[in-house]
Amino acid sequence: MKIPFSYTFRSLWTRRLTTIMTIAGVALVVFVFAAVLMLAYGVEKTMVDTGSENNVICLRKASQGELASQVDRDAINNIKTYPEIKLSNDGKPLASNELYTIINLTKIETNDMGNVAIRGVEPAAFELRSHVNIIDGKMFGLGINEIIIGANIHKRFYGCNIGNELAFGGEQWKIVGIFEANGTGFESEVWGDVNRFMTAFDRANVFSALTFALNNIDDFSTVQKRVEEDPRFNYVELKREKVYYREQSEIMAGFIRILGTTITIIFSFGAMIGAMITMYSAVANRTIEVGTLRALGFRRKNILSAFLFESLTIALLGAGIGIALASFLQFFSLSTINWGTFSEFAFGFELSSDIIIYSFIFSIVMGIVGGFFPAVRAARLNIVNALRAS
Amino acid sequence: MKIFKLILKNFKRHKLRLSLTIVGIAIAVMAFSLLRTVITAWNAGVDIAAPNRVVTSHAVSFIMPLPISYRDKIAKIPGIESITYANWFQGIYKDKNQFFPRMAIDAETFFDVYYEYKVDTSIYLDAMKKQRNGCIIGKKIAKEYNLTIGDKMIVDGDIYPGRWEFEVVGYYSGKGNPKVDETWMVFNWSYLDEQLRQSQSGRGGFVGWYVFKVKDPNKIAEISDAIDKEFFNSYAKTKTQTEQAFNQSFVSMSGAILSAIEFVSFVIIGILFLVLANTMIMSARERIREYAVLKTLGFTTSHLVLLITGEAIIISLVGGSVGIAVTFPIVDVLAEAFARIFPIFIVANSTLVIAVSFIIVAGIISSLVPLYRSIKMSIVDGLRFIG
Repeated sequence: MKIPFSYTFRSLWTRRLTTIMTIAGVALVVFVFAAVLMLAYGVEKTMVDTGSENNVICLRKASQGELASQVDRDAINNIKTYPEIKLSNDGKPLASNELYTIINLTKIETNDMGNVAIRGVEPAAFELRSHVNIIDGKMFGLGINEIIIGANIHKRFYGCNIGNELAFGGEQWKIVGIFEANGTGFESEVWGDVNRFMTAFDRANVFSALTFALNNIDDFSTVQKRVEEDPRFNYVELKREKVYYREQSEIMAGFIRILGTTITIIFSFGAMIGAMITMYSAVANRTIEVGTLRALGFRRKNILSAFLFESLTIALLGAGIGIALASFLQFFSLSTINWGTFSEFAFGFELSSDIIIYSFIFSIVMGIVGGFFPAVRAARLNIVNALRAS
Repeated sequence: MKIFKLILKNFKRHKLRLSLTIVGIAIAVMAFSLLRTVITAWNAGVDIAAPNRVVTSHAVSFIMPLPISYRDKIAKIPGIESITYANWFQGIYKDKNQFFPRMAIDAETFFDVYYEYKVDTSIYLDAMKKQRNGCIIGKKIAKEYNLTIGDKMIVDGDIYPGRWEFEVVGYYSGKGNPKVDETWMVFNWSYLDEQLRQSQSGRGGFVGWYVFKVKDPNKIAEISDAIDKEFFNSYAKTKTQTEQAFNQSFVSMSGAILSAIEFVSFVIIGILFLVLANTMIMSARERIREYAVLKTLGFTTSHLVLLITGEAIIISLVGGSVGIAVTFPIVDVLAEAFARIFPIFIVANSTLVIAVSFIIVAGIISSLVPLYRSIKMSIVDGLRFIG
């Protein structure tokens, strides 16, 4: 016969202050655990979604990113003639020569300097990245000193409003529009006409990268093979845009995950010890009760499961509260340097069903580990001695 | 004294609970100290900066180069003792996870400005001046990669494309000065420049940043202004700041991450408090009848305060001391593991002070609820209490 659930709940209620403390401990641990996973997931999502599956980026080998990459105009013009490249409506290849560099602007929040990514693009870039949309103002004009800025830059840096001018490359650039990109990394960039930037930055014929769209998503290996076999291009490499951005997010997401998991594991020991203390004293205080239950005919295994259930209840309540608290974090976003691209980018906490499941599993483990030994002690009590306890 | 005896007797009653609490607190304090140490290590670049060193870089971004012709113009400004320059080279050595600073420097002046970086001038530095592709490496790097004089270092260029071959000609160290980062690899700027002029004519004659020593640190603001004004109308505007501010700008790039770590470190203190408070509340609950008896015998409120708060503080201090004691060996191990990411990884005194203060505060706060209950309770209710 099972011990009724109400027994468990009433026991918890009797020692409510202690119960609340223990639940709070578990909730804190689950909160931090979930927050860390949400942060790492947020970084990945922001970065990985930046790239499209169908786009290919062409960089210099060993460059580790667009910032250090250099690709000559000759190579770019040649690759642009490949038949696998999708054509836009006007019959031109859907490809954009790009110049990528960083400048310093002052962050509103901290008054510190932040690195802001500057990307020179060709008009095709907007068809290549259809998630980029101008939400305010207009497109930059070609051949003139006009730029458009990502929504995150607009929000987080001084002087980033339509009509203002930014100074870089020895010239002044007028902000004429603000764009969004579905919450992806592009929102943390400044865009302008690549040919104008090339002159301003005195880059002659050296671009940072070339991005183009494929006719067919499976053509990637064909194009890659052709580039590898051409001795003129032995210094460049092709990557799917999505893969490139995933790689760029790896350092950051990996760092958050490793540091976060280490912290959470240490934390969870603290919470388990808290649960253990609570459960041990619950057992000690209720020795006579346990004796009575046994005398009434409940078996050892019933006692064991009743106490384990009590500890699990604490853990699950804690997990519920922890996740509920963590879900509020979705309203916040952070901005930090991404070591991959060496530029500032903003990202939010993202909750996923996986994270909720992991948090519950984590709390169940804490509940079982914290409650097991006390429950065993309760189950092992001798009926006569227990009833005699003072 | 009698109260102290009572506290000691109380410790013996629930040895398991007591030890669990101590372990819990020890873990929390250790985690707290470790996180603070990570923050300290991150900020180390700011602490190791010399007060009399100043950096001039491109105003738009430090990744943009300045012409070498600026050197003489800067050197002319009064108050500057010695000036040097460097380029961030980086590249990939072995694989891209082998991260340590690799810079092109001017062998003639670099070690004059970075005066705490000790190098044998007559042997190593002269060898570097003579050998075009010679490089000098920090002691830690020499040890970690088992590099000795004559060894080749092959670096795949990223910022400066190509395959670069360097030869180790010497070492530098801090001679025990913990503020010296012994993980740099430095080679001749002239070698970089010469190669660049051959392969990419447009990129020759540029340096990443200028560093100089000033005679009087109080004049830094004045000198900086003079330099930035000098180049205000030039193609490349400059930004001159103390080495400390320059390093700070790198640290603050990751500011959000640092704040997150800082926040978490305080959440840990919350857990410490919960574990301790839980134990104290449970103990006090079981002893309500005893407190009533004590009151009957004539013990006053102040006795109860000593008894309950004293117990909490002692548990907290014991747990905290264990936690701090185990932090040191763990930090030593981590320092080895993180040598390249955090060249300076030590427990700062401030960490210890903060930890100890939190331990004491947690002891006091966690005893408040049981204290309140035991003081407010009437003797009769206490005697009647049945748990």
